[in-house]
Amino acid sequence: MKINALEYLRETVIKYPNKPAIIDGERSITFHELDLKSKWLGFIIETKTKKRNQPIGVFLPKGLEAIVSFMGALYSRNFYVPMDVKSPETRINAILSNLNPSIIVTNKHYKSILLSYGVPEHLMIQVEDIDKEPDNFVEFFEDHISINMIDTDPIYTIYTSGSTGVPKGVVISHRGVIDYIEWAKTTFNIDEKTIIGNQAPFYFDNSTLDIYLSIAAGCTLVVIPEQYFAFPIKLMKYINELNINFIFWVPSILINVANFDILSQTLDCSLTKILFAGEVMPTKQLNYWRRNLPGALYANLYGPTEITVDCTYYIVNRDFDDNEPLPIGKPCRNSNIIILNNDNKEAGVTEIGELCVKGSSLALGYWNDPVKTNASFIQNPLNSNYQEKIYKTGDLVYINEKEEIIYVGRKDTQIKHMGYRIELGEIEMAALSLDSIFNACALYDLEKKEIVLVHESENNLTVSNIRRQLVNLVPKYMIPTTIIQLDKLPLNPNGKIDRVFLKETYMNKGFPIAQR
Amino acid sequence: MEKVLRMLEEIRPEFDFRNSSNFIQNGFLDSLDIITLVSMLDEYFHISINGTDIIPENFEDIESINKLILKGGGTL
Repeated sequence: MKINALEYLRETVIKYPNKPAIIDGERSITFHELDLKSKWLGFIIETKTKKRNQPIGVFLPKGLEAIVSFMGALYSRNFYVPMDVKSPETRINAILSNLNPSIIVTNKHYKSILLSYGVPEHLMIQVEDIDKEPDNFVEFFEDHISINMIDTDPIYTIYTSGSTGVPKGVVISHRGVIDYIEWAKTTFNIDEKTIIGNQAPFYFDNSTLDIYLSIAAGCTLVVIPEQYFAFPIKLMKYINELNINFIFWVPSILINVANFDILSQTLDCSLTKILFAGEVMPTKQLNYWRRNLPGALYANLYGPTEITVDCTYYIVNRDFDDNEPLPIGKPCRNSNIIILNNDNKEAGVTEIGELCVKGSSLALGYWNDPVKTNASFIQNPLNSNYQEKIYKTGDLVYINEKEEIIYVGRKDTQIKHMGYRIELGEIEMAALSLDSIFNACALYDLEKKEIVLVHESENNLTVSNIRRQLVNLVPKYMIPTTIIQLDKLPLNPNGKIDRVFLKETYMNKGFPIAQR
Repeated sequence: MEKVLRMLEEIRPEFDFRNSSNFIQNGFLDSLDIITLVSMLDEYFHISINGTDIIPENFEDIESINKLILKGGGTL
């Protein structure tokens, strides 16, 4: 039994030392090099901090150096926190003030950005500054450093959107990752012949599957350059060129490939396993994929960051109508679910309730936030005999007659947009912080997959003007597509903004561009 | 001409599209932006841009985007 995730790397490096671990554009790195560089960085971090189980921020674009930094943080016996380098200053600072990192690993370019945000220089390690490791370093490291982390130690923290405008840091344990990877490796038969095509940004926890499957199974991870995702035909050609056979992507990219009918225009496709999660995969586009690539395995995965990426899965094994919802299936091995109805009792078959999850892969809580931790990770209300924590996902689901879990929607105003988990409240807080906006309501148009902002303000604000200000406050994927100005936002009888009325009035009306 | 420029400015207000080119090479437009732009173009010009035409070369400057619209049967 593995007790920390580094044991995967230590085993793989003995089995496949010279095999490419990561391909990143024109560059690549073998498992031996990955292990060596990570140990060296780990040693440098350790020497600088002398601390254990503390956060190491990683402020790097997706690629080789980021993965070396993750493993380096683990070799220093701390945990890593992937940060979105494209996030605006206010959000980065909000995260840093909650996180209080011991060290931030970055590069020359991003170091200057962090300096301009007021991050003290002594906290940063710049990857270009790290000299080559000394001769015989590995022997020295193995003799002097013992990797004595246990599986309840943290491995990473990922920040998710918070409804009050402050992002929450979900703390995941080694055990969570081991539990998840053991399930995935067995369920999808991942071995050294697998070639993984990574899409998920590293600050998005779907990337955990890509990174650790590669390390655990000794298979190559191809970090697909971001640019390809804009151009589906180039993307599919790249997949074939590199013989990528396994992907775990957000549905929006698969939908894009389907909508532009790319598969019938490319001769053949090397993909054999296609997994997706992060938002609902429409059956219409899934059917397109299944028609054009009938031999592949398709799997719908589901889970909040708080349960270590995924807690349920469905391997597509029958035909679906274009409008029939795809199940999220059944719990992953060693995870379990409870569906609670409004009376906090277990929901019956076909009765809608809130999905709650439990298991070894449950997060350790929110970093530096006992209040939110205690509100979301609660005692199982069905168990009064011993302590048993569950996480309430806020997702509404039911179990159908085939004993499959079907996703229905959200209890609150959290949304999934392009796979990103977003609290509409965070967008509203950002809009309200603009000088001239004094009331705002963010909505999500599911059909058009757009964020809509309805606001009330004194001045006549142009859409570009609002967007220009918002990009300084929230990540780009949170910027509303449609912005509507009203003299007064309608209120419901309770005096709250009438979201239902706004949704009915302003959505799916096919707004002409002039009104955007 | 002006219409496409205005769309681009709405999508990424922080960049000066009027006086630049090489939008893709310069990183002005990412994958999300291209998807948004294509659906805006389709909707406004009543066209349906072909998947094979969604390649970087067709989005590098306003002129090539205009050519794309004309190719799809739209009128500028």
